[in-house]
Amino acid sequence: MDLFLQSLVSGLLIGGLYAIIGIGMTLIMGVLKIINLAHGQILMVAMYITWVLWHTWGLDPYLSIFITIPLVFVFAEGLSKYLLHPLIEKDSILPENQVLMTVGIGMVLVELARSIFTSDYRSIQTSYTDKSLYIGNISLSLPLVIAFIIAIILTVGLFYLLAKTDLGRSIRATAQDKFSATLMGISAAKITILTYGLGSALDAAAGSLLLPVYYLYPDVGPLFTVKAFVITILGGLGSTVGAIAGGLVLGIAETFGATYISSGYRDATGLVIFLIVLVFFPGGLKRFTKV
Amino acid sequence: MEEKKTKLLEVSKSEWGILIAAVILPFIFDFSPYVQGLLIFILLWVILGSSWNLLAGFTGQVSFGHAAFFGIGAYAAGIPYMHFKLSPWWGLITGGIAAVILGYLLGVLVFRLKGPYFALGTLASGEILRLVFGEEEWLTNGHVGILYMTTWVSKYPYYFIALALAVGAIISVKIVMKSKAGFYFLSIREDEDAAQALGIDTRKYKNVSMVISTFWAGTAGAFYMIYMGFIDPEVVFALHNISIISILVGIIGGVGTIWGPAIGALVMVFVQELFRSAIFGLAPSWVSGLHALIFGVLVIIVILYLPGGIVGDWHLFKKKFGSSKKLEVSK
Repeated sequence: MDLFLQSLVSGLLIGGLYAIIGIGMTLIMGVLKIINLAHGQILMVAMYITWVLWHTWGLDPYLSIFITIPLVFVFAEGLSKYLLHPLIEKDSILPENQVLMTVGIGMVLVELARSIFTSDYRSIQTSYTDKSLYIGNISLSLPLVIAFIIAIILTVGLFYLLAKTDLGRSIRATAQDKFSATLMGISAAKITILTYGLGSALDAAAGSLLLPVYYLYPDVGPLFTVKAFVITILGGLGSTVGAIAGGLVLGIAETFGATYISSGYRDATGLVIFLIVLVFFPGGLKRFTKV
Repeated sequence: MEEKKTKLLEVSKSEWGILIAAVILPFIFDFSPYVQGLLIFILLWVILGSSWNLLAGFTGQVSFGHAAFFGIGAYAAGIPYMHFKLSPWWGLITGGIAAVILGYLLGVLVFRLKGPYFALGTLASGEILRLVFGEEEWLTNGHVGILYMTTWVSKYPYYFIALALAVGAIISVKIVMKSKAGFYFLSIREDEDAAQALGIDTRKYKNVSMVISTFWAGTAGAFYMIYMGFIDPEVVFALHNISIISILVGIIGGVGTIWGPAIGALVMVFVQELFRSAIFGLAPSWVSGLHALIFGVLVIIVILYLPGGIVGDWHLFKKKFGSSKKLEVSK
């Protein structure tokens, strides 16, 4: 029973981080209508920024989100404006042009990281890295708990932005119907570019929060890209509430897969659930959350 | 009356030229084993690229999981060898068949999906196979992989086998695209609902495309096992190095063109090797670490400026070339 609860709690905590990765992806999916296959690579960029800040100035990884978020936001704006947006008018045989572009971007980012930082595994040691909280027999890793709390704050902030501000309303309007949004005086192009930045900024926050509990190496990017789209499909494409649920479900599924099947199948459990959902329940968890 | 029937296979003069050159050149020049290896890799990518291109470029089903078929083909050659000491050469037959069976079964699942969902479904299938083949050690020897002493030391026999397979792949694509099925493929790519409305059994023809495509991917995998003499799941089921590169080979050369993957394979191997060897040792050695990066940048440039790929947008090159000539004349 303890093992069960322990797996559940660990899964929930990591799931909180997965949730903000998924929300970022789902925002991009909702507005740009593409699957961002560079999502994990952008997260990797944020992790490397955090690592450099910690390594050179000893900046705490949780404080560094104030730097990584704006930096990655500007960077992703640039990607979106100069590489992704121009493709809308380009005539090509395959409609997946933009998706393939994100593949190219992701590849360049990974290789750039490899040529600057080499393929070495890196991690950071802070005073609280190995600390745990105990509730009964269940241990909670302190860095994960902090990360979980920050993730909740960020999620609430994002929901406020989407629900209450003009910008948020414009984003939602563009996601629902680009054409009508344009008729209402919203610059769809601007919102599209901005949303890619916003989604990537959330991703960046997740990167900074993950660094204290995760190894960092260039190929961490593709790994998280796969996780990100699994979360998004689980949650139902374009649904923010669904993405939260999807993140939590994936976190729990992975820890249970690792505990009860085999640690080698940790990543496979998520993928199998993904295929089942994709094929048999195409709406994902959006069916239940309705948002 | 007999003339009414269109010829299924038309080979142009330049195509004959390329084929004859590919056969004769190794006899004229004594290529070093390094160059021979590169040529074999180009041919391997021609097979895989053509295979991807038939399913994605012509039929519009963008697969992100071609490593699944390549890998299953490689293991169809490797597993009988490991367990029963059966020669991996049988893989040239079993590899394709195993991949076709897998492709058909996967098709039942993933052909229910469209567009980006199909891409993700195939991607996930490939990844699942990679993880399963890594874990089930009793069957596959896990991450230790399967090792086989290659039959010949010389690379020439492998070159000609690879050439034969590549020619076979290109010819089969050519024939299919000239047949009725080929036109059905194109109509499915352009608008699947409209194709269905016109009475085309889209499910059936997507399966036909899948079968031909996976057959070549599986055969390429089996050839890889025979030629390299070593496979492990991380190599043959690699998401990036197999699935994504098959796509990029197609994109660079030209999606939905018969010669696109061949040109793409040539460019890909050439660019990568140019930088891996640090521009033939002329540049400082750190340049050699940039080979994959440069290839990625090339992909971005091609998608931005040549959405049809090198072959698909060849007329743009011609136009630019022609207009600049005219300018010189007017001066």
